[in-house]
Amino acid sequence: MGDHTVTRAHLSEAIYQEVGLSRNESSVLVESVLDEIAAALGRGEMVKISSFGSFSVRSKGERIGRNPKTGEEVPILPRRVLVFRASHVLKNRINEVLSANEQ
Amino acid sequence: MTKSELIMRLAELNPHLYQRDVEKIVTTIFDEITEALARGDRVELRGFGAFSVKRRDARTGRNPRTGQAVDVEEKFIPFFKTGKQLREQLNTD
Repeated sequence: MGDHTVTRAHLSEAIYQEVGLSRNESSVLVESVLDEIAAALGRGEMVKISSFGSFSVRSKGERIGRNPKTGEEVPILPRRVLVFRASHVLKNRINEVLSANEQ
Repeated sequence: MTKSELIMRLAELNPHLYQRDVEKIVTTIFDEITEALARGDRVELRGFGAFSVKRRDARTGRNPRTGQAVDVEEKFIPFFKTGKQLREQLNTD
């Protein structure tokens, strides 16, 4: 499998190339997209990006956990967690390319 | 929020941009992430989260209705781990 890591810098470079905004504005927009998604999730909204996937927020109740080092019981407080579900389009795209490469 | 609502929101925040450019920006971001994952690369967006691909080995599964054994081929699944900052943001009221 590939051993590269794609970062914000790559995404803004792609916008600079594809859309023709300045490099600076491209990076501001990448941040803005991530901020808007984060804000919607913070409000408890589900975010659905068609042909990519959906992000939803799930509430978890309190439960008793254990400190694995000391064995001590500690309460895990109720909290909200983010769940990402990839769309079939994304799953198929990944399998199409990676399976073909393995042959 | 859907992808088109996200585009509308960004267009409101950036009145100097054409709507079609805003659309292209959003599409480019998700296409880049998709293609990176398809290459087997990892996508790390600090504070937001990281996308990666995990491999699931081939296995013999069972049709839950009939109990019949079926071969399931090896497959790759996309995975997302929430970033620290976003995780904290979800838990502040």
